[in-house]
Amino acid sequence: MSDTYLKTVDSDWYRQRLSGALIFVVAAFLVLLARLYYLQIVRGEDYRRQSQNNWVRLQSIPPPRGLIFDRNGTLLVDNRPSFSVSIVREDAKDARAVALRLADFLKEDEQSFLSKLDKAGGWPSFKPIVLKRDLSRNAVAVVESHKLDLPGIVISIEPMRHYIHGELASHLIGYLSEISEEQLKSGRYPDHKSGDFIGKFGVEKSYESFFHGRPGRRKVQVNAIGQIIRVLETMEAEPGKNVFLTLDAGLQRKTEALLAGKVGAAVALDPSNGHVLAMASRPAFDPNAFVEGMTFDAWNTLVSNAFHPMSNKAIQGQYPPGSTFKIVTAMAALEEGLVTRETRFYCPGYYRYGNRTYRCWSRHGHGSVDLVRAMAESCDVYFFQLGEKLGIDRLARYATACGLGQKTGVALANEALGLVPTSSWKFKKTGVPWQAGETLSVAIGQGFNLVTPLQMCCLIAAVGNGGILYRPVVVSRIEDGDGSLVKEIPAVARHVLPATKATLECIKQGLIDAVNQRRGTGWIVHLNDIKIAGKTGTAQVVSMEPDRNQEKNKERPLRLRDHAWFVAFAPAVSPKIAVTVLIEHGGHGASAAGPIAREMIRAFLKG
Amino acid sequence: MIDRRLVEHFDWILLGLTLLLQSIGILTLYSAVNASADVAGLIGPLYMKQASWFGIGAMGMITLVFFNYRWLHRWGGLIYAACVVLLVVVALAGRDISGSRRWLVFGGVSFQPSEMVKIAVPIMLARYFSDRISATGMTLKDLWRPLIWVLIPFGLIVRQPDLGTALIVALIAGSMTLFVKIERRCLLGLGGGSALVAGVGWFFLKAYQKQRIAIFLDPEKDPLGAGYHIIQSKIAVGSGMLTGKGFLKGTQNALSFLPEQHTDFIFSVLAEEWGFLGSALFLVVYFLIVAWGLNIAMRSKEPFGTILAVGITSMMFWQALINIAMALGLLPVVGVTLPLVSYGGSSLVSTLLGIGILLNISMRRFMFKG
Repeated sequence: MSDTYLKTVDSDWYRQRLSGALIFVVAAFLVLLARLYYLQIVRGEDYRRQSQNNWVRLQSIPPPRGLIFDRNGTLLVDNRPSFSVSIVREDAKDARAVALRLADFLKEDEQSFLSKLDKAGGWPSFKPIVLKRDLSRNAVAVVESHKLDLPGIVISIEPMRHYIHGELASHLIGYLSEISEEQLKSGRYPDHKSGDFIGKFGVEKSYESFFHGRPGRRKVQVNAIGQIIRVLETMEAEPGKNVFLTLDAGLQRKTEALLAGKVGAAVALDPSNGHVLAMASRPAFDPNAFVEGMTFDAWNTLVSNAFHPMSNKAIQGQYPPGSTFKIVTAMAALEEGLVTRETRFYCPGYYRYGNRTYRCWSRHGHGSVDLVRAMAESCDVYFFQLGEKLGIDRLARYATACGLGQKTGVALANEALGLVPTSSWKFKKTGVPWQAGETLSVAIGQGFNLVTPLQMCCLIAAVGNGGILYRPVVVSRIEDGDGSLVKEIPAVARHVLPATKATLECIKQGLIDAVNQRRGTGWIVHLNDIKIAGKTGTAQVVSMEPDRNQEKNKERPLRLRDHAWFVAFAPAVSPKIAVTVLIEHGGHGASAAGPIAREMIRAFLKG
Repeated sequence: MIDRRLVEHFDWILLGLTLLLQSIGILTLYSAVNASADVAGLIGPLYMKQASWFGIGAMGMITLVFFNYRWLHRWGGLIYAACVVLLVVVALAGRDISGSRRWLVFGGVSFQPSEMVKIAVPIMLARYFSDRISATGMTLKDLWRPLIWVLIPFGLIVRQPDLGTALIVALIAGSMTLFVKIERRCLLGLGGGSALVAGVGWFFLKAYQKQRIAIFLDPEKDPLGAGYHIIQSKIAVGSGMLTGKGFLKGTQNALSFLPEQHTDFIFSVLAEEWGFLGSALFLVVYFLIVAWGLNIAMRSKEPFGTILAVGITSMMFWQALINIAMALGLLPVVGVTLPLVSYGGSSLVSTLLGIGILLNISMRRFMFKG
């Protein structure tokens, strides 16, 4: 072996080189140590907190929404468990790719998932974004089995609103939809978070603050792909309050069955306190569709339906009252002392006023009639003359005092005002002065008058109960889950009708005779065992023609046919129920609306 | 018959440090794979594999001890040639795993020839330098041959691509060359040249490699994407604080926030669970093994042993430095394992073989007179 190297380098040379290397190594390890010190000691607290945030997630536990019962404690609306799939972008890393993969697994529309992601673009990345609600069990199994391919995808069980009877009382109960950004920002819903459902219509909307409850919170430990490892801490949600409607589910069901296939509304009130016993509007909708998630097409079909299934015709529909308005005209004339119960007018079948002839619905005339008979047989000529004597503004004062032209104050949104025309109203609106002849039309409920079925029902109930106009009530009490009372809604009397006992007795007699006298317009409604008091009404859709003819009405196209009214209370003495039925384009009030009112009364009083 | 002096001179300190490090490695690896939900199903196989690789490595280490390391001087060229051939075979017939072709598969066992290069290159260079070492240093005339010997495997490894291993090979070669001294003028020239190569090399980096470097410079730019690894590792290390979260209690590790926690980021697991005290102690042990390697180089009485010991020690040093600096967010993420701690068979075997060589040099220091 050659030893030449010894001549060029010696062990001191090596020692020097190796010392240099050692210094370098020491320096490198000191750098690592210093960095370690910086991360673990100097910044340690901060990183410890970050590591906590990494794996501790706060989840919101949705509070179960309050239940809805009818007056007898029958459950109408509850909540059922449903599976939702959401994505947490922080855990997903590439949220779009994961969403697309999920759409592929579930065979769902990719675009809808992506648009939900985009919509939530501004949210913090740890907030779950709901991609699809109400998954089937199969879909849940598919997601669970692909869990490792779907980081950040979480399945949660949420209570979902369940309208047990579908369409039953859907307009009164209302429906839910996802809370909007504006509502969230308004600050009025501190217990709601994005993705929550909120009442959008009906009682669901009016009593939202009771229904919603308070969300609970759950601290959970998650891993890097967002799977929950264990629950650290739970604060249970406070369920929403249970709401008891004044509704009688049996009567409601009967009412809806009677209205099947028709367009219109029916309302039943308890005359002694204004409780709404039934409120139906047709066509209707299934409120379950709104929580299950409606497609764009389904929604379009619903809102573009010519018969407006989404509107509650009992409070939103405004119709001329037809002959049912004669109650107001009679009241005004009696109270103003223009006629007495005995005052007679002769009806030849028409009334000449100025240079026009106003026809009675009966072409042959009613002959000489007093007020009670004029009510019972709905003699237009008699009421033309009352209108002529009263003048429009005096009549309007009474109509207003009867609760028309204003909201009844029922706790349901979007209630319509109706219209009580006055001379100044017409001048302001059209610039044309009131024509005296127009008063004649108003007096028999045609012309400009508009009422809602609920307004008419309040009025007929007040006539029945001796003159107290109650604010209609849809919810009687609100309870906690354990049955303790949270709130009781008392009966509120809005007005007293501007009528003496004698006046009301006279009107009542007219209403009784209308149903119980063979010549009365409501004879078809009479029952042997229940004494019903009622009034028919036929509201013209096209402006008043000189020649009115029921046969001709049936030949007209549907949209031009008359609306049919029937208002009633029963029993005639100390009534238990007041009913209003309106059938759009139903034709004559007695035949189209009367039998429905009769059956509602029979169902309620006789079970 | 084994010389009695061989037994007397056996380097128990090196063996002790190695076994200590290996034990820490096993504990940390246990924590890294045990708590993780993702690889839970893999614990058994992973352990079996690592254990069998340790067996192979230990056998290789013991075998090496029995032969005089001068034997490596004689056969160095052949070992080197065999490694290069294997690298070519990998390039032609290797197995692709997640986009890179680094593995050779023999009967179900996969193996990375690039790991062997980390042993073969030091042998080749030590052999060459020991014959022409001088106080003035190497000139360009001396250096062009070793440069080619390094560039051939380096290029093959970069092509796989396995930037981390290629970098280590280059660093080993560079360290050894600097150790045997480069003549001043030549050193200046080489410095300028390599700066130029680095500049040009940037354009040949793959997009993901460039991105890693960019993200390293500013990890917060993409906290959920490429910066995620660095941030999560720093959180893991930092959250360990002074005393750590306790064995098997590291949440970053247990909940899989740490990427590659059983290979590249094994140090983060250790730092999270044992805190500053534990990781500082670990650094000290590592430092001791490197310092002891240099001590072996010092005590060897002949240049081949000294230079080879420096080469093997530099391999240990650079891998530890780069791996830990990466976990601490000081360097960009490159796939470099922590010798004796990270999971990975080929790496374990090559490290144990390197330790075997060091043991060999250490116990045969008496055979040469100073």
